[in-house]
Amino acid sequence: MAISDLTRQSLPGPHNIVRTVLDNGITVLVYENHATQSVVLAGSLATGSIFEPPEKNGLASITAASLMRGSETRTFDAINSALEDIGADLDIDAGVHRTGFFGKALAEDLATIAGILGDVLQQPAFPAAQIERLRGEIITGLKIRQQDTRYRANRAFHEQLYPPNHPYHRSVRGTLDTVPQITIDDIRDFHRRHFGPSGMIVAVVGAVRADEAIDIVRHALERWRNPDQPEAPPLPHVAAPTQTQRRFVPLPGKTQADLVVGTIGPARKDADYYAAMLANSVLGQFGMMGRVGEKVREELGLAYDVGSSINAGHGPGPWSVSAGVNPANVDRALEAIVAELERLVREPVSAEDLENVQSYYIGRLPLQLESNEGIANTLVNIETYGLGLDYLLRYRDTIMRLTREDLLAAAQRYIKPDALVVAVAGPESRPQSAS
Amino acid sequence: MTDSPVIKHRLANGLTVLLKEVHTAPVVSWWVLYRVGSRNEPTGKTGISHWVEHMLFKGTEQFPAGTLDRMIDRIGGVWNAQTFIDYTAYYETLPAEHIDLALRIEADRMVNAQFDPEDVESERTVIISERQGLENSPTFWLSEEVTAAAFRVHGYHHEVIGDMADLLTITRDDLYEHYRRHYVPSNAIAVAVGDFDHEELLQRITALYGSLPGGPAPDLFVRPEPPQTGERRVVVERPGHTAFIEVAYHVPEAAHDDWFALEVLNSILCGPDGFGGGGIDNKTSRLYKALVETELATYVSGSMTPTIDPFLYSVNLTVRDGRHVEEVEAAYNAEIERLRRGEITEAELQRAKKQARALFAYGTERVTMQAFWLAFSECFESYEWFENYLSRLQAITLEDVQRAASVYLRPQNRVVGWFIPTGDAPENFEEDFDGDF
Repeated sequence: MAISDLTRQSLPGPHNIVRTVLDNGITVLVYENHATQSVVLAGSLATGSIFEPPEKNGLASITAASLMRGSETRTFDAINSALEDIGADLDIDAGVHRTGFFGKALAEDLATIAGILGDVLQQPAFPAAQIERLRGEIITGLKIRQQDTRYRANRAFHEQLYPPNHPYHRSVRGTLDTVPQITIDDIRDFHRRHFGPSGMIVAVVGAVRADEAIDIVRHALERWRNPDQPEAPPLPHVAAPTQTQRRFVPLPGKTQADLVVGTIGPARKDADYYAAMLANSVLGQFGMMGRVGEKVREELGLAYDVGSSINAGHGPGPWSVSAGVNPANVDRALEAIVAELERLVREPVSAEDLENVQSYYIGRLPLQLESNEGIANTLVNIETYGLGLDYLLRYRDTIMRLTREDLLAAAQRYIKPDALVVAVAGPESRPQSAS
Repeated sequence: MTDSPVIKHRLANGLTVLLKEVHTAPVVSWWVLYRVGSRNEPTGKTGISHWVEHMLFKGTEQFPAGTLDRMIDRIGGVWNAQTFIDYTAYYETLPAEHIDLALRIEADRMVNAQFDPEDVESERTVIISERQGLENSPTFWLSEEVTAAAFRVHGYHHEVIGDMADLLTITRDDLYEHYRRHYVPSNAIAVAVGDFDHEELLQRITALYGSLPGGPAPDLFVRPEPPQTGERRVVVERPGHTAFIEVAYHVPEAAHDDWFALEVLNSILCGPDGFGGGGIDNKTSRLYKALVETELATYVSGSMTPTIDPFLYSVNLTVRDGRHVEEVEAAYNAEIERLRRGEITEAELQRAKKQARALFAYGTERVTMQAFWLAFSECFESYEWFENYLSRLQAITLEDVQRAASVYLRPQNRVVGWFIPTGDAPENFEEDFDGDF
């Protein structure tokens, strides 16, 4: 098995990840990788759409995007010239609980991207003309999404699954109703209150020396203070659906329908997260998209695109199966998917299924950790969820001790095949009704 | 980066083998690329290369359908395939100790794919579904029309996915004939990059592939495109709320020196192309300043594609909500005229070169992308194209870029496409019905 050949020394772990916490609470993790010429600077801040009021939906996202539009010392053009002149890139993007950033550059240019990140986070200017330009771009993007079957099916799915007072009910990007309502004062205020060093994570991976990388991050960010930065409010309680509900979003002129079916799954820190992850792999990932791929794509030939996912983060995200199918085949595909969900909660996966997915999750580490980006994402995850620097060293045991019964119990805990949320977006007023 | 040389070898049956040792991570990527793509498809058989690619995942006697997906996942590898206008390619990237599985898979399916008639029919609906998925995107409709207008004769005129008429009528025998004719060692390029010893690996490759039937490379169906003699324009009208513009210029093949001048020109106009390791922003590019900063458009991009035959340099624009295609095109044309008048600076040229160096570094960190580029460039010119990419780009002068702009960006040499949204899609009507389905 692959991991046995990866010596423990070659996996990122406490012996080769340098971790330090700056005085203002920022955690910095560095992993040296001199096999490359580049460096990745990635991480996240403890802010996101969970802090925005529903009528200002999109505020966290537009605030994050506005940061790169100009600072007290750099214009929009100066920021982008500094990056693009050297072939570097830096993006800041809000999620629900965290606002992430991702930068990359040739290794010699780490200080440039770290300097810009520090500057735009601590002293953004929010120039009015830039914000209006950005708003127009967001609105055009939302209008394109309004015509996107996958986006619309996913929106309808989330809106049914989570109650209106829950942040997962809404898209982080906001809507055509709310984005025009957000003022520059809202953006300034959101930044002042909710952006700060507390809970910030910075990972640096690439052809740099750890001590030099830490000095660069320290220089860029250690003076940042926001003593009033609030803790995130608790997520509202959310109950799993009690009966199956279905919503159809008609989009004339489309040739394919997108279908999402599922329910509420685990949070990342739930004890049965790994069991659910493996059960999900059997359902819709392992091999050619697992059992649903085998059935819907290979056996019935109904879809090009089918698979399942668990979106587990700070809170209980959805556990869902998605497919892009011919509008005439929506009901047949749905029946086949529901039959596989029924099977997953009725009988334990076979010993071979379990062994397969265990082997998959362990075996794929070398490929996941091949690039700076893959290692940086892993480090940020480890810190975000408090998994411990020895997480990768323990990973094999975490996966191998799971049993078929663990997977069945996890599937049964979350999936009730007669209480699912179904969303379809596509052409025609309504798909033909079946069983 | 550990930089071992590329070892090139040709087996007696004509198979080209390229090997490059990279010992930075315990992984190997193995590619087998066939020199056949949608470029070589006659009318009536469009999409056949891509469909054959799907059929090679349907199993052989040695590896029945589905077993390989599971075997590869079990060892933590990835495998996939891609069909392009110039080629059809298959790859596995695996933990290094499992490389033999990749070698065996590709040797087996070069000759033993089954093309079971039932599998062909089930895959027909999957591929039609794939095309329908593409048709859901407005820019697919636009790009399909623009490319078709640019190529009246050459096989580049249709999309890789193929025309719906042909997806409905291609038969099992058509597919099998295409496979047997083109999937021969002399029409293939095999590449390994990663953690191996090249002498040992070549022995194993020779053992597995050397016995496959030889023979000359097949004659490929290719019809040269006659020169375009005036601007061509196409309009697509479909439901939606957003307008798009695509402008495509005829440009030379990748082996041509002007290709590199145009690559630099694109970097200046639209921002640099990614090399497979992700791109960077283009907010300081000329078109961004001229169209996005002026609030005419929300998105600009341009791309040069390395190809065997002369293909297209295409620019894509997303029209900002509330603006019109006419005004966006006028502002675009003004920028093109500036370039054609030679208004390009040495600083812009130097910047494009630095950007290329960074993007090349990002794009070649993974063994999968290195192996892809070696196979791809060997297909359209030589693997040395990839090795020499940066030095050929560094050699481009300001005069080269100015000349390329004046020669290739002429209106007579382009196709302009508009996507006009008809707006009749309802915005927010949704229907709920609860209960059983």
